[in-house]
Amino acid sequence: MTFDAQTIKYLVIDILASTIPLATPLILAAVGGVFSDRSGVVNIGIEGMILIGSFTGVLTSYYTRNPWLGFLMAGLSGCLTAWFHALASIKYKANQTVSGVAVNIMATALTGFLLKAIFDRAGQTERVVKLARWTIPVIKDIPIVGEIIGSGPPPVYIAFIVVALAHIVMFKTVLGLRIRACGEHPEAADTAGVNVALIRYGCVMMSGFLAGLAGGTLSLGELSLFKEGMSAGKGYIALAAVIFGRWTPVGAMWASLLFALADAIQLIAQNWGFTLIPQEFMLMFPYVVTMAALAGIIGRSTGPAASGKPYVRRGV
Amino acid sequence: MGETALGAPVLEMKGITKRFPGVLANDGVDFTLLKGEIHALLGENGAGKSTLMKILYGLYMADAGSIRVEGKDVEIREPNDALRLGIGMVHQHFMLIPQFTVAENLVLGAEPTTGGVFLDMKAAIKKVKQVSEHYGLAIDPTARIMDISVGMQQRVEILKALLRGAEILVLDEPTAVLTPQEVAELFTIMRNLRERGKSIVFISHKLKEVTEISDRVTVVRRGRVVGSVQTSTTTVDALAGLMVGRAVELVVEKGPSNPGDDVLVLQDVYALDQRRLPAVKGVSLTVRGGEILGIAGVDGNGQNELVEVITGMRRATSGKVLLKGTDITNWDPRRLSGKGVVHIPADRHRHGLVLDFTVAENMVLQTYYKPPFTRGTSLNWDAIRHEARRMIEEYDVRTPSEDTRAGSLSGGNQQKVIVARELSRSPELVVAAQPTRGLDVGAIEFVHSRLVKARDEGKAVLLVSLELDEIMALADRIAVMYEGVIVGIIDRDEATEEQLGLMMAGAAGRGGR
Ligand SMILES: Nc1ncnc2c1ncn2[C@@H]1O[C@H](COP(=O)(O)OP(=O)(O)OP(=O)(O)O)[C@@H](O)[C@H]1O
Ligand SMILES: [Mg+2]
Repeated sequence: MTFDAQTIKYLVIDILASTIPLATPLILAAVGGVFSDRSGVVNIGIEGMILIGSFTGVLTSYYTRNPWLGFLMAGLSGCLTAWFHALASIKYKANQTVSGVAVNIMATALTGFLLKAIFDRAGQTERVVKLARWTIPVIKDIPIVGEIIGSGPPPVYIAFIVVALAHIVMFKTVLGLRIRACGEHPEAADTAGVNVALIRYGCVMMSGFLAGLAGGTLSLGELSLFKEGMSAGKGYIALAAVIFGRWTPVGAMWASLLFALADAIQLIAQNWGFTLIPQEFMLMFPYVVTMAALAGIIGRSTGPAASGKPYVRRGV
Repeated sequence: MGETALGAPVLEMKGITKRFPGVLANDGVDFTLLKGEIHALLGENGAGKSTLMKILYGLYMADAGSIRVEGKDVEIREPNDALRLGIGMVHQHFMLIPQFTVAENLVLGAEPTTGGVFLDMKAAIKKVKQVSEHYGLAIDPTARIMDISVGMQQRVEILKALLRGAEILVLDEPTAVLTPQEVAELFTIMRNLRERGKSIVFISHKLKEVTEISDRVTVVRRGRVVGSVQTSTTTVDALAGLMVGRAVELVVEKGPSNPGDDVLVLQDVYALDQRRLPAVKGVSLTVRGGEILGIAGVDGNGQNELVEVITGMRRATSGKVLLKGTDITNWDPRRLSGKGVVHIPADRHRHGLVLDFTVAENMVLQTYYKPPFTRGTSLNWDAIRHEARRMIEEYDVRTPSEDTRAGSLSGGNQQKVIVARELSRSPELVVAAQPTRGLDVGAIEFVHSRLVKARDEGKAVLLVSLELDEIMALADRIAVMYEGVIVGIIDRDEATEEQLGLMMAGAAGRGGR
């Protein structure tokens, strides 16, 4: 193979065009993670919520043949799952990591069970109607850019809209100010008359909704079926993106894109038959970057001060 | 709101009772606040002052009792109810979000908006400016809380209450964290507010302050009101007696010092602060056995960093620290503790206690790994509890039991747990930073006598305090720190408050800089 300009151009376009869809579920889940964390609840359960979402999405589309309804139900099922996590960590002041891990284990077991019970198959469901690709009129005609983002599964575009909305909510609205207050200093928020529990419930469930949509993206946006364990660690990578993106929606988006880029390079390297860097190293990339970020090697990241701590109004 | 005539009751709390596991924090407390008065609430550590005020603010629910505001019976279930009734509170531990700006903190919970959704920061800043001008409380609305001084933070807390329309303002130990200048400013603000018809509850352990600022005083002892008096008809001594239930020595009994060998020697020590700026700039001093060396200075002149260097919590960037001739520069705290260095830290929540541990666990934090507290690989709980009970008894820690969570003790009793733990470890060197912050007069008397006792037993004591009174009462020699350097060291007997004050302000050194 020769590396003339043309080949490199194809290679780059190929990589970038695969990056965006790979990033989409990460972006959705990570923006959700930003909300949860910012309000003071760590949501490790995102992984499980993605899985539940991807299953529910396929299930709905299977029975209704309406993939959009499936996509919506994916979000709502994630939201419902998150409600359990919220209940455990806000009302019952449980350890949030334990509760989140429990959600993940339960999600794996539940989807595996339902797969067998409803579809009577192991491993994966049959094919269902998936979301039709969108083509964006003007953009598709721009050279290079058009090839990368001119058309794609709808969740891709939805994800970027979500990022913009999330940014506005978090930093321009009253709600955002209160969310951030709850994550930094719940007592201060409480004494100022903010309902800390309500805000936290809302944020955790929002994060579940977005994680569910991320699941729907996997099963109805890219594929058209559910596979056992199809979240494949995306929830954890999304959490890494939350941290690396410094707990902001836009930062989380860039981090997701970066991690997806690493993934895309790895996939395309395989397709083109490169074995320069072992695949395993590329898979490690998001985690290594996150650890470096946390250790302060790449800038300093400190999360919301009260994140992970249940809020107890002392002595009531 | 606010139609109550001056001098008429704005707030009546009747028969307030509040029980916590093992303690009756309030036992049928009656408390009346008049419009336009400054009413001091006085009482020993753990007497139940903060509890009473937290009930008023809706943070705790009373088990029994009633509250009337402006003559109407009210029910206060959460802070929002209190805010609506015009009750504002400045808490003992501030309720500010360090990452937020002043304006963001001020409007949180009652934010001005555009379209009911979007935060209108311009309006917020304008409103803050208006209110701060109206009350003469200058503040920069765009500064971040973490970048402003403690005195300014308190101002923000007061403004926060005023902005929400407070007619009744509760200040829980507002002066404990302030420098004398800041206290003077606070008092001006308080008088100003009184002039405008606000009613203020003022909690403090400093009797001088109480007699200076208040119109009336209510004294609480062990959850019960023992008296309410007109301030003008009482004296500091009488108040102290009423509070503790016995006569209190307000001056420390202490004989002349008998200095022995050098115990702690600092040679040209340099250190950086949190922001990596120079904070300690070439400090040299000596503390001998059998003496108390006091370090005076306005907060933030490198005292904290210096203490941290000596106790192994901060690296010295250059210079030497010697303990009885051994070079201990940059040793870690555990090794220093083994060498007989004990430390009463200034920030009891960050460095002194594990709030979620029990009192007993906190009391053996440095010694749990040694016999008799450890047997083989396991902890000997009988021995730990036994020792804890002994310390609770000796240091008069007001706690239901040794198994109580340290975080649920009153502020002053938390401090006593630390003092008990540190002073019972047969030290060579005692480093005490603000050892009596938040303590009542009885407890201060006790801690002071223990520090003097340590001195008389030949230990070296390094006392860092922002309170000149405390330094003057205890120290044998006084070093004044200003901008990271020791500007002078004088014998206590030669020192006057005026001279020290000038040195603390950086105006006069002794023997040059
Ligand atoms: N949340 C709580 N849980 C259990 N006990 C508590 C709690 N809050 C206070 N107490 C107990 O109630 C009593 C009164 O405490 P409070 O904080 O009201 O004292 P205080 O008068 O403010 O003392 P200080 O001057 O030391 O601040 C103390 O014995 C304390 O241990
Ligand atoms: Mg108190």
